Amino acid sequence: MKQGRIRRDHTVAIAFAVFVLLAALGPWLPQWAMFIMTVAVARGLVVLGLLLLLRAGLVSFGQALFYCLGAYSAGALGRFFGISDIFVEMLVGGAVAAATAFVLGFLLARYRGIFFGLLSLALSMILYGLLVKSEALGSTDGFNILPSTLFGVRPGPDWVRYAVLVSAAAVALVAALAVHRYLNTPLGRLAPAIKDNEIRVEYMGASARRAVHVKYVIAGGLAGVGGALAATVVGHIDPEMAYWTTSGEFIFIAILAGTGNVIAPFVGALIYGAIHTMAYDLSPNTWQMTLGVALLLLIVFLPSGLWSAFSRFRWR
Amino acid sequence: MKIVNVTHGSFYAIGAYAAASMTAAWLAHGYPPMLSYAVLVVAAIVVAAPFAILIERVILRPLYSRDEVVILLVTYALFLILEDVVKLIWGVNPYFIAEPYALLGSFQVAGMAYPTYNLILVAVALFFGGGLAWLLHSTRAGKLLLAVIHDPEVSRAMGVNVGRYYLATFALGSLLAALAGAFTAPTVSVVPGLGVEVIVLSFAVVVIGGLGSLPGAAVGAVMVGLVRSLSVHYMPQVELFVIYFVMAVVLALRPRGLFSLAEPRKI
Repeated sequence: MKQGRIRRDHTVAIAFAVFVLLAALGPWLPQWAMFIMTVAVARGLVVLGLLLLLRAGLVSFGQALFYCLGAYSAGALGRFFGISDIFVEMLVGGAVAAATAFVLGFLLARYRGIFFGLLSLALSMILYGLLVKSEALGSTDGFNILPSTLFGVRPGPDWVRYAVLVSAAAVALVAALAVHRYLNTPLGRLAPAIKDNEIRVEYMGASARRAVHVKYVIAGGLAGVGGALAATVVGHIDPEMAYWTTSGEFIFIAILAGTGNVIAPFVGALIYGAIHTMAYDLSPNTWQMTLGVALLLLIVFLPSGLWSAFSRFRWR
Repeated sequence: MKIVNVTHGSFYAIGAYAAASMTAAWLAHGYPPMLSYAVLVVAAIVVAAPFAILIERVILRPLYSRDEVVILLVTYALFLILEDVVKLIWGVNPYFIAEPYALLGSFQVAGMAYPTYNLILVAVALFFGGGLAWLLHSTRAGKLLLAVIHDPEVSRAMGVNVGRYYLATFALGSLLAALAGAFTAPTVSVVPGLGVEVIVLSFAVVVIGGLGSLPGAAVGAVMVGLVRSLSVHYMPQVELFVIYFVMAVVLALRPRGLFSLAEPRKI
C-alpha cells in the first residue's frame, strides 16, 4: 500500500468471485461446513464494523452490545410477532442496533483510546445485566427462535442451511462493498488521520467527533445484522452474546484479519471458526489457551493481520 | 505504567487457587490452623511470582513500544492462556477452605453479627493502600518510578534502570492481585471463571477513580462496593449492571475518571 505506485484494486472483483463460487459450490458442502461458514459470515459482519473503528484507532470492547441487540430483535420478532423471515430479521436487527449506536454515539464519540474501549464495555455489560434479569426474555437461559424462512417460504430441510448461507453471503457482499466504497469517501479517509493525529484533523476543518460518530453507527448497524444472522443460524439466543468475552472474540478476529481490506474480516472469521472448532475438538479443556497463543503470536509476528502477510507476498 | 492489564484477573485466580489448595493441604496434615494465614500469603506469593516475572520478561518487554491498546490485547491473550493453565493445574472442581474464615468468629455490631475476618481484610486493604502510597510518594524508588512512567526515555538517559522498574512494578502489581485472591479465597468457593468476574469489576473501579491514581482506586472501590451492596439491599434485580451504570455515568461527567490529571494535547 505504501510503495507509492498506483495499484489496481481488485477487491470488488474478488468479493464477487468469492460469492459466486460459494453459491455454486454450496450444494456440495457438508451441513456442518455450511453452518461454520454462515456463523463466520455473521461474525465477519460484526468485525467489518470493528474494522471501521480500528482504522480510526478505536478499539471497541463492546461490539457485543450491538451483536446481542441484533440477535434479540430478531428473536423478539419471532416471539412476539411471529415473523421469521431472515431478511426482515437482519434488517430490523441492524436498524435497532444502528439506532442505539446513534444515541450512544453522542456520548462515546468524545472518547479515545482505552476510555473508548472501557466505556463501550460498560455499556454492553449493562445490556448483559438487563437481559439476565428480564424473565420475559428467558433470563440467563435465553430462548429459542423460530426456524428461518425466506420471503415467506420455508425451504426443505436439505436446503435450508444452503439458503441461509447464500442469503447471508449476499448480505455480506452488499455490506462489504458498501464499506469498501465508504472507505474511499472523504469521511472514510479521515479514519487513519484521526488515528495519527486528531488535532491536525480538526485544524483541517473536519470534525473528528462527527466522523467517529458516523463510524460508530455503521459499526453498530453491521453488528446488529450479524447478531440477527447468528441468531437465526444457531436458533438460540442468550445474554452471553452481550458479555465482554464475546466482544473479545470479535477483536481477536479483527486482529487476526487485519484492517487492510473489507474481505479480510470474513476470511478472519472463517479461520477463527476453524481454529475454534479444531481446538475444541482436539482438547476441549484448553481451547482458550490455543486461542490465546494464536493471538499472541499474531500480535508479535504479524501486527497488521494475516491480510498483511498475504498482500506483502503478492505485491512485492 | 500505562498498561491496562487484563492478566490481573488471572493472577487473582492463581492467588486464590494457590492459597486454597495449599491451605487445604496444610490443614489436612493437622498443622496448627492459626498459621494457615501465613500459608495463604506465602502460597500466593510463591506461585504467582514466577508467572509474573516470566510474563514481564519474555512477553511484555519487547512490546512496550507498541500502542496501549496492543498491550491490552496481549494481556487479553495471556489471560486466555492462564485461564486454561489454572484449569490444567487445579482442575475444574471448586475448592473450599472456610477454616481461616470461621476461626476468627464474629462480633456484634448494632445487633448484627459481623465476621471478624472481613474486618481484618479492611485493615489489610488500608495497610496495603497506605503502604503503596508511601512507597510511591515518599521513597526514592517510588519517585523514580513516577519519573519512569512519565518519560521512560529521559529516565533512561538519566541512568535509571528502566527495565528493572518495569519488572518490579509489574511483579508487585501482580503479587497484589494474587494476594487479593488469596485473602478472598476463604470467603468464597474457588471455581473456574473467578478471574473473569474480578477483572471487569476492577476495571470499573479504576476507570471510575481515574487510571493510574491511587486515591482514585480507593474511592472507586468504595463506591463500587457501596453501590453494589445498596442495590442488593434495595433493588436486587439491578445488582449485575448497576456498577457499569455508575461507571458509564462517571465517565459521561468526567471523561477520564474522578481523580484524573489533565492530559497535555499533542499537536
